[in-house]
Amino acid sequence: MTDTLSLRERRIGFFLAILLALLGLTMAAAARHGAMAVHGVIAMAIGVALIFLIAGSLYDPDADPARKDRYYDAPTQAGIFFTLIWAMIGMGAGVWVAALLYWPEATPLWPATSFGRLRPVHTTGVIFGFGGNALIATSFYVLQRTARTRLADAISPWFVVIGFNLFCVWGVTGYLMGSTQSKEYAEPEWYSDIWLVIVWVTYFVLYMRTLARRNEPHIYVANWYYLAFILVVAMLHIVNNLALPVSLTGARSFPVWGGVQDAMIQWWYGHNAVAFFLTAGFLGMLYYFLPVRSGRPIWSYRLSILSFWGITFFYIWVGSHHLHYTALPYWVQTLGMTFSVMLLVPSWASAGNALATLNGAWHKVRDDATLRFMFVAAVFYGLSTFEGSFLAIRPVNSLSHYTDWTVGHVHSGTLGWVAMIVFGAIYTIVPHLSGREAMASPRAVEWHFWLAVSGTLIYVISMWNAGITQGLMWRTYSENGALAYSFLDSVRAMAPYYLLRTIGGALFLAGAVVCTWNCRKTMRAVPMGGSASDRPLSAQTPPRRPFDAEPAE
Amino acid sequence: MLILHYNLEKVSMALVVAIIGVASIGGIVEIAPLFTIDETVKVPEDLRPLTPLELAGREIYIREGCYACHSQMIRSLADEIDRYGPYSLAGESAYDHPMLWGSKRTGPDLARVGGKYSDYWHVAHLINPRNVVSASIMPSYPWLLRPLDTGKLPAELATLARLGVPYSEVMLTAAASDAMAQSRPDSDGATEVQDRYGAGVAVRDFDGNVEKVSEMDAVVAYLQSLGTQTRAALQTLEEE
Repeated sequence: MTDTLSLRERRIGFFLAILLALLGLTMAAAARHGAMAVHGVIAMAIGVALIFLIAGSLYDPDADPARKDRYYDAPTQAGIFFTLIWAMIGMGAGVWVAALLYWPEATPLWPATSFGRLRPVHTTGVIFGFGGNALIATSFYVLQRTARTRLADAISPWFVVIGFNLFCVWGVTGYLMGSTQSKEYAEPEWYSDIWLVIVWVTYFVLYMRTLARRNEPHIYVANWYYLAFILVVAMLHIVNNLALPVSLTGARSFPVWGGVQDAMIQWWYGHNAVAFFLTAGFLGMLYYFLPVRSGRPIWSYRLSILSFWGITFFYIWVGSHHLHYTALPYWVQTLGMTFSVMLLVPSWASAGNALATLNGAWHKVRDDATLRFMFVAAVFYGLSTFEGSFLAIRPVNSLSHYTDWTVGHVHSGTLGWVAMIVFGAIYTIVPHLSGREAMASPRAVEWHFWLAVSGTLIYVISMWNAGITQGLMWRTYSENGALAYSFLDSVRAMAPYYLLRTIGGALFLAGAVVCTWNCRKTMRAVPMGGSASDRPLSAQTPPRRPFDAEPAE
Repeated sequence: MLILHYNLEKVSMALVVAIIGVASIGGIVEIAPLFTIDETVKVPEDLRPLTPLELAGREIYIREGCYACHSQMIRSLADEIDRYGPYSLAGESAYDHPMLWGSKRTGPDLARVGGKYSDYWHVAHLINPRNVVSASIMPSYPWLLRPLDTGKLPAELATLARLGVPYSEVMLTAAASDAMAQSRPDSDGATEVQDRYGAGVAVRDFDGNVEKVSEMDAVVAYLQSLGTQTRAALQTLEEE
């Protein structure tokens, strides 16, 4: 890490590490006990570790000046490392809590290992830890290649990667200690939220500065999606997390929003976390890695414009479909439903554009498991967006809401689409960064693919059955006009599906473990390299014209 | 149109402004009116805020992640009304920061669970749900029997008061003692809790142990308060 930084950059990094350690110390000293104090100690420990790491290199030789002629991929590599670590943590927690629904007595009777505290560890671990790191890592990679320029700065990408992971660590350790805002997918407390804003602003500034240095007149479509991801997530995060801390020296806060307004803002946030965290950024990934891997240009430029602006405009309206038949005003529910159905148009435009791009490369889809990951991702994107529009229709929602159908729908999107495109991107980037033609074990990629597909299918199909069964049992009346089933009857009926779901999740996790092992093997084999054409434009020798004189010997 | 976009994607700041503009419209149209249209939330006249002990229970409910499996929002559907009671009104959660409507029913809805089961049942159920419901898949919470920390309650009530929850000055200053008194029906402060928060407030020794005020007292007090803070929903359903 430090050998890629100049002496001046190392000194700045050293200074920032001291600041982080002092921030941690201040937090720990001010709070004295509770989650905030532990989080202060964690920040301090990371700061001190960084101080040692950088201090050891302050008097080492300066970085190679020729590094400017290379893309800066070290932060991407670190980001992929964190992506895989969080995959283990987040998916592992997911399989564990899934198992708890089948064996409720399996957990030790410690507060920290209780279902309710582990469940947000799963969601934060996979959404922010796994998904977020993948987005940050790939965005740096894609931005440089599509702008044909090196990242504008060497310190801020590290600040973004380390700072973002600190946010994730604060989040999950907080839940284990019982510190949560209880807003789904926005559980971290107020100081973590402020910290994320600082990280995010740095990310945005770095992105814009690098774009400003681009050597291409046009900004490639992948960057539109990454930009939408950065901008809209900032907007959602700030509005939804506005809260009044009980004390500046404690973790607890109360949201400024209450009741029905809080519900609407929460699901405006919640559904657009799906839209702009779990869709927009990953579409950016798709728009870059699918053409690169298949060797085919994006099928339609017009369609990509239509789908981009369609998604950006329509998605923001749809959050209220989480609140059908509730105390939210009817007109807001109707708007949410209407826009959810309209959203199918840009969603399928994206999915169709991706699949049509593969025309002429279908033999590669057959032979190359990496490209197959991306193909399956596009198919699941199409399927789960169709399902999403369908579930948002009010009468359908009356059956599906509050049931495991929603859980199945979410996982068809996150396992089938988000995770698949991440693995496709990882299998493209990792050999590239290691200067190799392919992953260390192509057979392991093949194994991973089939584990992931079978795991996803088992999971999603069992949850469809579970959800529809629940929904129907809850609303069935007997001949004499009374409810036919007690709630407990529906709980009993879930047992086989909960078992199947655990197995499906375990298969998917096993695939991720194989991927991690394979990436480690690939990255260790050969030091970082990269082909001669994979350079910023400034570093590439202009092609010689025929009438140029031979250079003098 | 295509030419316009052809030029737009050459200017990064223009792209940024366009994204923010396009992505803001939906939220503004759907959210802003919720604060300005008066009929959206009619706060029932008889709605009372949670007592300090109930609020402490709510904080534990949040801490343990109960909301992940239990909703507190009865939809206006016949089977839900038959199963759980009158459908929920916006006004009922007007003082809830945050709302706990939930999104999943791995367990049943709790919006009107108050008064449905005895305190004794709740205590046994929370210590080990399978003691009372053999097929339950709910986790056990034996650690709730530890003493309740009432030290933060005054500051918590004060924070909520700043956000518009009608806690009076007296309620704030008496928060910690009110929390103790609500679970000690024979103590001096017991009647004061009912004076301050209404005669409907349950003043009982919830966990069956008079010696100490436990987290169990708080959670059970909270669960028994759910759906009893106002009678507005029942009246609305009767009028229809």
